[in-house]
Amino acid sequence: MATPETKDAHEQLISTSVQPSGTDRTDRTNQPDTTVLASHDLSVYYGEEQALNEVTIEIPENKVTAIIGPSGCGKSTFLRCINRMNDQIDACRVEGELTYQGKNVYDEDVDPVALRRKIGQVFQKPNPFPKSIRDNVTYGLEVQGKSETDEDVERALRGAALWDEVKDQLDSSGLDLSGGQQQRLCIARAIAPDPEVILMDEPTSALDPVAASKIEDLIDELVEEYTVVIVTHNMQQAARISDKTAVFLTGGNLVEFDETTKVFENPEHQRVEDYITGRFG
Amino acid sequence: MSTPGKSDTELFTDIDLGWKHLQNRLFLGVIFAASMFGVVMLALLLLDVATDFYVGLTEFNISLTDFLTRDGSRRAEGAGFRGALVASLMLMVLTAFLSLFIGVGSAIYLEEYAPDTRLTRLIEANLANLAGVPSIVYGLLALAAFVNGIGMGPILLAGSIALALLVMPIIIVSSQEALRAVPDSVRRGSYATGATKWQTIRRVVLPAAFPGIMTGTILALARAIGETAPLLMVGALFVNRMPYGPLDRFSGMPTQIYGWASEPSQHFIHLAAVGIVVLLSIMLCMNGVAIYLRKKYETEV
Repeated sequence: MATPETKDAHEQLISTSVQPSGTDRTDRTNQPDTTVLASHDLSVYYGEEQALNEVTIEIPENKVTAIIGPSGCGKSTFLRCINRMNDQIDACRVEGELTYQGKNVYDEDVDPVALRRKIGQVFQKPNPFPKSIRDNVTYGLEVQGKSETDEDVERALRGAALWDEVKDQLDSSGLDLSGGQQQRLCIARAIAPDPEVILMDEPTSALDPVAASKIEDLIDELVEEYTVVIVTHNMQQAARISDKTAVFLTGGNLVEFDETTKVFENPEHQRVEDYITGRFG
Repeated sequence: MSTPGKSDTELFTDIDLGWKHLQNRLFLGVIFAASMFGVVMLALLLLDVATDFYVGLTEFNISLTDFLTRDGSRRAEGAGFRGALVASLMLMVLTAFLSLFIGVGSAIYLEEYAPDTRLTRLIEANLANLAGVPSIVYGLLALAAFVNGIGMGPILLAGSIALALLVMPIIIVSSQEALRAVPDSVRRGSYATGATKWQTIRRVVLPAAFPGIMTGTILALARAIGETAPLLMVGALFVNRMPYGPLDRFSGMPTQIYGWASEPSQHFIHLAAVGIVVLLSIMLCMNGVAIYLRKKYETEV
């Protein structure tokens, strides 16, 4: 946890560099949901082992949806299903439906490369390319055949709250940055080609508390333009930043999915309450 | 906690480790001697060559400038190394050209594309075996298939094909290692950004693996430049003129040295020593470049 002092100092830092967010989280939460991503009876198997069991969920547009649950409950698997990164895993088999804007992404005619141009991802461990900061940011534009200008670089780095820290060293290697800066560089890389959805797989678990809180503030900004789905094992984080929370429990079952306040204050299921209050998991 | 009834001085002295410590020191001595053996042998070898080199320069009045600017000759007084030097450099360029694309190409296929099947494992086992095949066998192959088979004759291109076959397994294996050293998280980052497989390989994986691939290739070529047997098989001997293209007859540095060293005249023996110094210097330079590349890039990735 960040101490109050560092949090304040940090907020000042952010407010000087980034426009303050227009909407408050409660405002946002009260807005009606438009479903952008949905799964219907989605099951995933790794060989014989079942990782997800008939998950049905509707993820709203321009909101933060947190996915929490104990280790091995299938939350990262679910995230990988959304942009079909699990295609890379040979033994992985998907059943059921996962729709983006109403289109099943597992249909024959969906190219996973095209899908990933709409749905960006940020990983658990920062993984910048061994290239310059600029080349990291423009990579997505380059591979997607979009024109790349200095404005694009600045816009993406500002969007990731990293511009002020790196604007004088755009040609130095992305690997020279600190862990938290690297993760924000990866966020800049993800948002540069302007996707619709950003998936985040425990984006702060490899970072120190101050760097983590910067990312959390950033997520609050990002959600104005993007739909954010974040997997986290940190329940306080889910409670702080998300509008909706999905709780996966063992066996790849989605046990509860509701407004974050509802899930944390008055969960439907006893097992969810036990998990949230730390009685298991 | 001390045991009652024993004084402090007795506490550890009752455990006698003398023999165990002696064993430690003996073993250390043995393995140190083993690791120094190679260094001493190399030093002796270099000393021997350096002595002959010095004697060659002083007593036989071999001028380095003449040596490097004259071609081979039947007369020791007029013989130089230029033809062999140029032939070897051309051999290296051709060998690199022939082996690099096929070598790196198959490394990319094996590491990035090939499914883990029996066929893939068969290919990899065969590559490991090929890397251990004696170099003369490649020479025989080139002799049978290219020099005589399709009637190329003992030309430079045939020699470089033999050398390319020789270094290819080494290039493939070292390129595979370089590709494997690129973390998967970086590949995933590229796919998640909407890149295709080839874009990922071309723009992220290959640039990251490039220094490793170059290091392996240069080390392989440094081995090839000193190879004598395949060139002898191909027929690269007793040619004194400098080659002007890949279709000319030639004699490389090692075969020229071999030819001189088997002459009865002392003058030729010392010409061979000077040639060895030139050959060794070029090899050391190549190894130096390889080490420099590795050092320069090993901090990244």
